[in-house]
Amino acid sequence: MEKPLTQYIVPGRKPLNLKEYEKVGGYASVRKILKEMAPQEVQALVKESNLKGRGGAGFNTGLKWSFVPMGPEAAQPKYLVANADEMEPGTFKDRLLLEGNPHQLIEGMIVAAYAIQASISYVFLRWAYKVAAREITQAIQEAYEAGYLGKNILGSGFDLEMHLHTGVGRYMCGEETALLNALEGKRANPRAKPPFPQVSGLFGKPTIVNNVETLCCLPHIINNGAEWFKKLGLTEDAGTKLYGVSGRVKTPGCWELPMGTTIRELLEEHAGGMQDGYLFRGLLPGGASTDFLVEEHLDLPMDYPSIQVAGSRMGTGTMIILDDQTCPVGFTLNLQHFFAQESCGFCTPCREGLPWVEKILLAIDKGEGKPEHLLTLDFHTKYLGPGNTFCALAPGAMEPLQSALKYFREDFERHIHEHHCPWSKSKAWQPSI
Amino acid sequence: MLTAEEKHQIDHEISLVPSPKNACIEALKIVQQSHGWVSDESLKDVAEYVGMSTAELDSVATFYNLIFRRPVGRHVILLCDSISCYVMGYEDIRNQLFEKLHIQYGQTTADGRFTILPNCCLGTCDCAPALMIDHDLYRNLTVEQLDEILSKYT
Repeated sequence: MEKPLTQYIVPGRKPLNLKEYEKVGGYASVRKILKEMAPQEVQALVKESNLKGRGGAGFNTGLKWSFVPMGPEAAQPKYLVANADEMEPGTFKDRLLLEGNPHQLIEGMIVAAYAIQASISYVFLRWAYKVAAREITQAIQEAYEAGYLGKNILGSGFDLEMHLHTGVGRYMCGEETALLNALEGKRANPRAKPPFPQVSGLFGKPTIVNNVETLCCLPHIINNGAEWFKKLGLTEDAGTKLYGVSGRVKTPGCWELPMGTTIRELLEEHAGGMQDGYLFRGLLPGGASTDFLVEEHLDLPMDYPSIQVAGSRMGTGTMIILDDQTCPVGFTLNLQHFFAQESCGFCTPCREGLPWVEKILLAIDKGEGKPEHLLTLDFHTKYLGPGNTFCALAPGAMEPLQSALKYFREDFERHIHEHHCPWSKSKAWQPSI
Repeated sequence: MLTAEEKHQIDHEISLVPSPKNACIEALKIVQQSHGWVSDESLKDVAEYVGMSTAELDSVATFYNLIFRRPVGRHVILLCDSISCYVMGYEDIRNQLFEKLHIQYGQTTADGRFTILPNCCLGTCDCAPALMIDHDLYRNLTVEQLDEILSKYT
């Protein structure tokens, strides 16, 4: 089984330095595109490969690039940003790539920057990733010294500067336009679209923001072609995917597997099944902002269309497991507390609605819930849903809530009727956040 | 007053962006690195240096979770309170920390040694529960390990 993204990553060992990386074929894609391919050819190849954005949205990467103005008339400079914020709870896949093979990311960023003719690039890294910050800093320096970054790269006439920007903690920074505001030294509020960042992004110039895993796929697509990449996937979605599992399983972790690997295989073969004494109740397939899936969904392939048909989203592909000894109300409350806290406060439904949802869930968890509370929560899932808020934070928050109300409704009702949390050790309320 | 070294570092950040204002978050990080937090005085100095009003810069500073606008202890404990850590029982770790250090979230120990803050997802969900002290990440935590971990920080 081919594992292009992680083949040179050995957990616990230092990542490959530049010389070692070059020895295994590193930066060959940069040499190839600079010598043989026009930027539009790179865009077309990536579009043809059906690489979809791995940050969660699943939009065709080459198509996204194609909206960037090209040619001598295009505004300059153009920017390329690697979104390495990864603050979605339950998501930990990009850490592996950032710490394990920073040169692969830099190589992918050079390919993406060349494709859109960007001359300045940023790695927007979250604060907590200290090891990654150290490794990326060193790798950028090595790449500059070897002539892969800076002016006139490998004598091609193409220039690219690269900077590491470390965030200061705010989930909103993972949203494309909020990230750009953060890079500009502003509050990370989302921006109205249009104009889209591809046309007017960082400092008002054309900008592409791509997820780390997406960028890491690029060198391999350039080296091996679109057809090779498509064949890596088991279903209509192309490539491999970094999947992760956390929660009460025997061997939680992160693995590179063919796109379309089933949930059951991930859960039972790779994560080793549930820990002894725990039973499976449900899972969030790709981070905190995705809908619950349950037993009946275990044989679904983890790819964008299959998970969407089941009423959820693949998101980041990192699953969080709900077991039978964890209270679904407490689980949902923890998620809503996170979203309420991280709302940027920019638009009213999100700013006011999420704390209301949290307050109701807290009351239910404490045994002070009333039957009408469930109706109010149902309303919120609609009024904070897609189209009613400025960005996707609140709609994302509603995904686990609406599906928890669907699949675990009897647990919510039991809290209300019995006036306490059935999972608490005693009848006294145990604070859960 | 900003020190010469702080000004030197801020000037470098300003050189990378179109306007000095665009470097304000980096400037706040530089000041916090030297003092541990961003005082009202430091905030005013940075605002003047990058050409912003104090109020405008404060609105940026207070937006971000990891810019500290109040003094913190010599070591900051960031305890992950997100979903995977919740499932794996971070609350036991939290309760033990509160009890051992005699403080709650947002507070600093009487000897100025530790401040404890909740933190959303440290991105190590497969090794939950987890916490960070300064630059050090501790994963797969148990309450039994806490004494030994805390003893490393004076």
